[in-house]
This record gives sequence, structure tokens and C-alpha cells, in this order.
Amino acid sequence: MPVLREKTRIIDKDGIRRALTRIAHEIIERNKGTDNLVLIGIRRRGVPLARRLAEKIKEIEGSQVPVGVLDITLYRDDLSTLGYQPVVRQTDVNFSIEGKKVVLVDDVLYTGRTIRAAMDAIMDLGRPRNIQLAALIDRGHRELPIRADYVGKNVPTARLELVEVHLVEIDSVDEVLIMEKT
Amino acid sequence: MYKYKDLLELKELTADEVNFLLDTAVPMKEVISRPIKKVPTLRGRTVVNLFYENSTRTRSSFELAAKYLSADCINISTSASSVAKGESLYDTARTIQSLGADVIVLRHPMSGAPNLLAKMVKAAVINAGDGAHEHPTQALLDLFTVREHRGEIAGLNVVIVGDILHSRVARSNIWGFTKLGAKVRVCGPPTLMPPGLAQTGAQVFYRLEEALVGADVIIMLRIQKERQQQGLFPGLREYSRLYGLNRERLALARPDVLVMHPGPLNRGLEITHDIADGPAAVIEEQVTNGVAVRMALLYLLTGGGAHSEADY
Repeated sequence: MPVLREKTRIIDKDGIRRALTRIAHEIIERNKGTDNLVLIGIRRRGVPLARRLAEKIKEIEGSQVPVGVLDITLYRDDLSTLGYQPVVRQTDVNFSIEGKKVVLVDDVLYTGRTIRAAMDAIMDLGRPRNIQLAALIDRGHRELPIRADYVGKNVPTARLELVEVHLVEIDSVDEVLIMEKT
Repeated sequence: MYKYKDLLELKELTADEVNFLLDTAVPMKEVISRPIKKVPTLRGRTVVNLFYENSTRTRSSFELAAKYLSADCINISTSASSVAKGESLYDTARTIQSLGADVIVLRHPMSGAPNLLAKMVKAAVINAGDGAHEHPTQALLDLFTVREHRGEIAGLNVVIVGDILHSRVARSNIWGFTKLGAKVRVCGPPTLMPPGLAQTGAQVFYRLEEALVGADVIIMLRIQKERQQQGLFPGLREYSRLYGLNRERLALARPDVLVMHPGPLNRGLEITHDIADGPAAVIEEQVTNGVAVRMALLYLLTGGGAHSEADY
């Protein structure tokens, strides 16, 4: 494992809060309210982000939007080339997504391969009316024709750099860091 | 962590490794609870079921597990293959390897056959029951079922009843449950009790009424009529009277006891109808969980060994 060094801290706690507040407003506006709206967080850090968005949407609109949890491991496209099997965790979507407007939530949008896997996983659970994508960070370098509908912050990066999103629920601090290999 | 090429026996695994296998079966169970039971995970992989003994549930369970994960699966049963023409295990294995198998699931009447096969082929080998040695996936699904109901295996009193001598299910379950911290009691006629059980940590009982007191889990073994030609007990009716599970005996166990059976059932022999269909029985859940556990294994054994949380 290469050693990673913190290069810059690009967003702090307040920055994450403001970005999520804006995204929540955009989701409500684009969907004209919260009817038939569901949020699905991609493990791991998409999950707390989806829960926070649902909370903000409730503050704004007063209605509770269902939140599901998606593990995309079984849908990865690199399983035969990895040489090891990544740990599979549970998908927990305990509501029907049939005809729903599904907002996928993830922390960092990078190659787009996670989102491709997530869309396949969603399709296996039912036939949603549409799928939208919210990402806290878009760092570029797409390998598939995928774009986000809601972005917290666009961050131009080099491929050798790494974007680390830390969230209180998992990492006990809210921040986004750019790391570089030393 | 599961770092081996094969799954041959539970005896060689640590508690952490067993728990990891069970943890991986949890998301697999979610997949088989969906209306569309299919994920693309093992696309392009091939699983070969090589069965030298009859089996319905284990073979179909492995076959469905492979198919739910999108692997291709073929079944070779010895009566309808070159084995009937006298081909050795070695040559059959090499042929299957050349056909491109990634996983070979082997059931064989000889104890240790899967260990031998594992050394001969690059493919992962899963022991689906070998002689009187082990049947590790049966024990894993039993552990999974108990864990789902009780959350924790440690501290439970588990009673295994029947023909312990000939039972690979009993052996794998003794290893599995004791590794995870349960207290295992075995009970059966003295003629069907193998020597040396004390080394495994299991406690031996000859009277069912004594063994069942305070039981959290009862695993009733099938009396294997095909293995009872040696006169090891006087008759099936006597066996049933002394070692069959009925309502009076069940009352000796804890009120929330789980009754399990690896199947196929001999109703009225080792277990009465009302118990087999009663609220304590989880026999059908065992079958469903068997598919989840086998999916977890197929997934983990097609990876090539080590594991980590990858960046994706």
C-alpha cells in the first residue's frame, strides 16, 4: 500500500452542510415536491449522506422520504480480474421502487463504474420511473457516459490523487480531503 | 477472511473464518428473497457438481446457488457418466478441469476424497459430504439458521441425536458449534457412538431424556437405513421408542427450542409428524438458508484467496 499524504482540505463541516442543503432544495425543485420520491444510498458513505438529505427534505417539505441502502459488490465489473473477493454487505431496500423516482446518493463520483453497477442493482429490484444521481464530490475522469444530476462540488483532480470524504457517522468528523501518494 | 482455495472440512477453520462465511451468506439471503433471484456476480464461471452418491437437496441447492449468481452449472452423477465405465476419480477430475471448471462440488462415499481431489486440480473444491467424515455446508447452514434465530451461537446447548457413528453431518456440526462457543451434546445408542468424541469437546449421552434437558437446539439425524445392515441396533421400532423425538421429550427442552433435521425425514421414526410440522421446527428454513450459504461459498472461492476493502 502506498502511503497517502494529506494535500488539501477542500471542504469542512459547514461546507458539507451547505452543499447538502442546496442539493435537498434542488431535488425538491426538480421533482416538484416529494411525491413518489425515494433516496438510495450506496454503501458505505452514500448511506449517511442519503439519510442527511432525507432529513433536510423533511425540514423543508415536512414529508418523510424513504431511504434505502444499496451494496453494489455483487454487480462489480472487475470481480474476475481482482484476484480477491471484496466483502459483500447487505442491500436493504424495504420498500417497492416500482414506478418511483429514485435518487442514488454517493460520496464521490469518479469513473462512473460504481453508478453503472448501482443502476443494474436497482433494475433487479424493480422498474423505477427514473433514476437520478446525487454526489457530494465530482472529481472527473469518467470511464462511462454517466453524469450527476446534483453535485455538491466539482473538484478537478489528478488520477494519482485520492478524494477522501469523512463523515461523522463513520469517521467521527465531517470533511473532504485530497490525498496524494508519496 | 477466507483464505483457502477449497472448503474441505470445518475442523480446519477458525471461528473467525466460520463467522465470515456466515456473514457473507446474509446479503445472499436478501438476493434469494427478491422476486427476481439473479445477480450477475459469477457470469462466465463454471461450477461442476460431481456426485458419487445420490442426493436431491444438496445437489439442487448447489445448482440453484450457482445459477442465482449467474454461473454456469453442470451435474455429473456417477451412474450416468464414464465413472460407470471404470474411470478413476483422478481421471474424472482432470477431465472436468480441462472442461474449464472453476469450482468442483464433490460428494463421495470415501472419507477424504475431496482432500485428495483438491490436491489434484486448480479448481476450488467444495466437500458436499464425504463418507462419514464431514458435510461442512450442512453445518454452515445449520449455524446460519441458529444464528438468525438466536443472534449468537455462544453459550447455547446444542443436542445432536441419532447415528453419530455414520454421520458426517454430526461431525461437521460438532466442529462448527463448538468453535463458535456452543456446548454440544451427542446422544444415541452406544453401538452408534464413535470413540474419541471427548477430544472434540462434545458430551456423550445415551438416554435422550437426559440429553434434552435445557436444550436450545435439537438436531435430529436421519437414521440411514442403507447403512443399518450390520445389526447395530435391534430394530427401527425400538430405536424410535428410545431415540425418537416426540412431544413429551420436546417438553424437556427450553420453551424456545429449535428443532432441526438435515433431511430427508423418516417421519414417525426419528421424529413424529406433529414435531416435524410444529412451531419449533425450522427444517424448511434450513433448506432456504442452504442456498444462501452455498452462494456465499461459491462467491468467496471464485476469488482466489485474499480479501480487502478495495477502492472502487
